[in-house]
Amino acid sequence: MAIIERPGTETTPAVVTPQQTLGAVKRPVETKGWREWLFTVDHKKIGIMYGVVAMAFFIVGGVEALLIRLQLAAPNGHILSADKYNQMFTMHATTMIFLFAMPMAGAFANYFLPLQIGARDVAFPRINALSLWLLVVGGIVLNASWFLGGAADGGWFMYAPNSGPVFSPSHGVDFWVLGLQVAGIASLLGSINLIVTVLNMRAPGMSLMKMPVFTWMILVVQFLLVFSLPVITVALVLLMLQRSYGATFFDVSQGADPLLWQHLFWIFGHPEVYVLILPSFGIISEVLPTFSRKPLFGYPFVVFSGASIGLVGFGVWAHHMFASGLGPVSVAVFSIATMAIAIPTGVKIFNWLLTMWGGKLWYTTAMKFAIGLVILFTIGGLSGVTHSVAPSDTQQTDTYYIVAHFHYVLFGGMVFGLFSGFYYWWPKVFGKMLNEKLGSWNFWLMVIGMNMTFGPMHILGLQGQPRRMYIWTKARGGEGLFNFGFWNMVASIGSFILAIGVLFFLINVVKTARSGKTAPLDPWDARTLEWLTTSPPKPHNFDRIPVVHHLDEFFHRKYEEDSAANTMRKIADGEELVRAEEAAADANIHLPAPSYWPIVLATGVGILGLGIIYGVPIMVVGFAVVLFASFGWVLEPSVAEDIDFAPASNDGNTKEIAPLG
Amino acid sequence: MAETATHTADHSTEHGHETSTGLTNNKLAMWLFLGSECLLFGGLISTYMLYRGRVSSGPHPSRIFDIPFTSVSSFVLLMSSLTMVLAVSSAQRGDDRRTNLWLTVTALLGATFIGGQVYEFTTFIREGLGFSTSLFGSSFYTLTGFHGVHVSVGVIMLLSTMGIIRKGKITGNKAEVVELIGLYWHFVDIVWIIIFTLVYLIPS
Amino acid sequence: MNATAEHQEHGMSDASYIKIAIILAAITGLEVSTYYVDFGPLFMPALLTMMIVKFVMVVSYFMHLKFDSKIFSFLFYTGLGLALFVYCTALATFKFFVS
Ligand code: HEM
Ligand SMILES: [Cu+2]
Repeated sequence: MAIIERPGTETTPAVVTPQQTLGAVKRPVETKGWREWLFTVDHKKIGIMYGVVAMAFFIVGGVEALLIRLQLAAPNGHILSADKYNQMFTMHATTMIFLFAMPMAGAFANYFLPLQIGARDVAFPRINALSLWLLVVGGIVLNASWFLGGAADGGWFMYAPNSGPVFSPSHGVDFWVLGLQVAGIASLLGSINLIVTVLNMRAPGMSLMKMPVFTWMILVVQFLLVFSLPVITVALVLLMLQRSYGATFFDVSQGADPLLWQHLFWIFGHPEVYVLILPSFGIISEVLPTFSRKPLFGYPFVVFSGASIGLVGFGVWAHHMFASGLGPVSVAVFSIATMAIAIPTGVKIFNWLLTMWGGKLWYTTAMKFAIGLVILFTIGGLSGVTHSVAPSDTQQTDTYYIVAHFHYVLFGGMVFGLFSGFYYWWPKVFGKMLNEKLGSWNFWLMVIGMNMTFGPMHILGLQGQPRRMYIWTKARGGEGLFNFGFWNMVASIGSFILAIGVLFFLINVVKTARSGKTAPLDPWDARTLEWLTTSPPKPHNFDRIPVVHHLDEFFHRKYEEDSAANTMRKIADGEELVRAEEAAADANIHLPAPSYWPIVLATGVGILGLGIIYGVPIMVVGFAVVLFASFGWVLEPSVAEDIDFAPASNDGNTKEIAPLG
Repeated sequence: MAETATHTADHSTEHGHETSTGLTNNKLAMWLFLGSECLLFGGLISTYMLYRGRVSSGPHPSRIFDIPFTSVSSFVLLMSSLTMVLAVSSAQRGDDRRTNLWLTVTALLGATFIGGQVYEFTTFIREGLGFSTSLFGSSFYTLTGFHGVHVSVGVIMLLSTMGIIRKGKITGNKAEVVELIGLYWHFVDIVWIIIFTLVYLIPS
Repeated sequence: MNATAEHQEHGMSDASYIKIAIILAAITGLEVSTYYVDFGPLFMPALLTMMIVKFVMVVSYFMHLKFDSKIFSFLFYTGLGLALFVYCTALATFKFFVS
């Protein structure tokens, strides 16, 4: 990236030889090629890299899912052995949740949150880069297990004692525990970074209640992460100490309580499901108003219901443990709390419906995915309410009915929201429009595929097909046409239709990159600040930091109320507004400078972790790298010294971001 | 921004300030981190509380805890909080010499505490309480060990900060850096206040 | 309080830090005394109260939370409150508080 940007002038960024930062190591200055990406601290580049990494893992997790469905399509499946099957569903879920869903939400958050609040970067740009690289390291560690003796096989919630050394002797669980710890540190740092960014770096005039809903939902998610990640970290540490160093936490013969893991896991696990869904809620809360050409109905309700979902989300975890013998009082309490959490969720659905009500709906692909979310998520939410009734859940738990529930909320909800975001913001990020025709194929194939795959699972579950069953026999298939075997086949066919739908997206991306049409500055007549700049945005985001007067500031700069006709009258278009900003550009914007240390530090943490499996010498190496990188980090000012900029500027107009980051 | 915003919390948050809240990014991040750490230590403490009476083999807590000894090391850690706060207040006055003095004393007290913990652990092991001996053993060593690691990290930070201040290489606002380390240090101290009561003084 | 202007902003001077430390030390002394003197039924509540008092004093005065922005208090006490809530609830399901 360019170290210094002078908006409005066309001179190439001038960089004098950088000062030495530590011993022989100098700051990276590359503005071209792969180095530009590896050492960048620009939130937009980091956001794109998050997206690429997450997409790659989406494909990995998707292939794992297809293998599972192939195995179960017909009786006596022989694609996977029982052992491989266990690894497959464990890694499928782990990959989808921790390596696709969270990073993809991170991609959107990283890219758009600073833009939506009118900031030039996040609060701690180097920590932002560190989060990305730690995530990559965690993902590699998790998946390396496939080639180093087999992956983890205990299910994504990895219940102990089953995941202890006695029942899971391979290294799979060790890699899983380590990979998640590293990815967990990444999310924790990321969440602290984003919270501070939202609290501290808003453009002048942007009060909390003038923030876009997407930013709000991301804020709630980061609070959930800050307070729930340490809980799973405790669980992971206990399991690691038991597996690698002989601790006894889950050793029942010593009197251990097997429910300890379940509590720790689900205290994290339930907030986690909101971590997964709320970013998508945020995305469609931007998309629906834009394409209904109406403001979001009941903005404060959407915000407060989001926040209360977050808070109540910490008090319902034991609904995942109804069948574990908690005792009647606990079950009753958690059952009622769970029913209560459906209320704020329902509030949101009504807000979206009323946003569309009476609007001039514009059925772009982004809009279709958003509407798809509203419908499919509602189905999943309703089956969720049926599990909140403990007696009914006792029938459903550990059957395919649960699998149906969480795929409706996760695929129909979360994934559809993310795809809506792809289509909505693609022009902003890449300056080109995704093809709407391919988008339509993409959408309809995904809708059909998703309902064919997960709809029948409700029936299968109620018929008693247990979750995590690796094979079924012809005799179990049943008689008549609409039997157990039939629905399994339907689900498997559906999964391939779904995969083809996703393939259309990838084709669309390639085609758009090759020959897509250049996007206008404001293709959707959008409402929020991220559109008040060029597409793609310049490295410093805004030529002039906007001063905010309204919720939906960008919209209000384009439209004026015509009180006579009671309508909005257009007074400017996006193009003109952006040009006005360019004309009034700030002088000499100092952006945070690139750095080697984030990627070095992340690598060190990875090596340190592997030392837990492969012994002390490796750990020592890892520790040395971590220590070296930490000192390099601390001793390096995050904004390059003045001498690194040419010529030095001290006209009082200098904007520095994050002196310690 | 760190130059100006260290103690302006009382001022209104008009646009003149660099951040929306008028608080510095670093301090906000530190408090968030500490809020998060509450749930980390909470989990370890709860695990210990659940398991402290479960001694399938090896010694029972009441037999090996040496309350007078632990009282002294608790007192040492408590006093290190005082010296830390004095370091912060010297740093805010811009008094480098005293800052360094108090940071040194704090690091020494911290190191003394760690020394005490090493001694305690070796004694316990000699008396038959290994890491794998019982649920009590595992959860005791994990909780206090985790705390010990936090103290050690604190000592390293104190020593490095002193070195960096002395060489004049500090990036950012010196008083704030000392203040942030202070916050971390006090947090580690309050965790010990809880551990001292729940683990040592209240018998299982 | 005869402190400099900057210190008045915090409401704390070095002397008052030392006072706080003396109080903390005294409470610690009392805590330790429960090991030697029999407090009867007061034992547990007394110890827990003293623990909380010490905790709050360090947080409020040494960590300045009492004088600092309310946002810091919000962040920290939210974490603390959630920790108390989730872990006490989990322990309650283990019948931890019954015996
Ligand atoms: C209307 C709100 C919701 C309610 C009342 C609800 C209720 C429940 C209940 C009671 C269970 C446990 C079922 C069992 O294992 O026996 C469950 C499982 C699950 N839910 Fe939900 N849920 C809701 C929304 C969501 C959302 C928004 C997501 C994620 C985006 C989600 C994801 C999951 C997952 C992944 C599981 C399965 C966990 C596992 O066993 O692996 N749920 N839900
Ligand atoms: Cu749940």
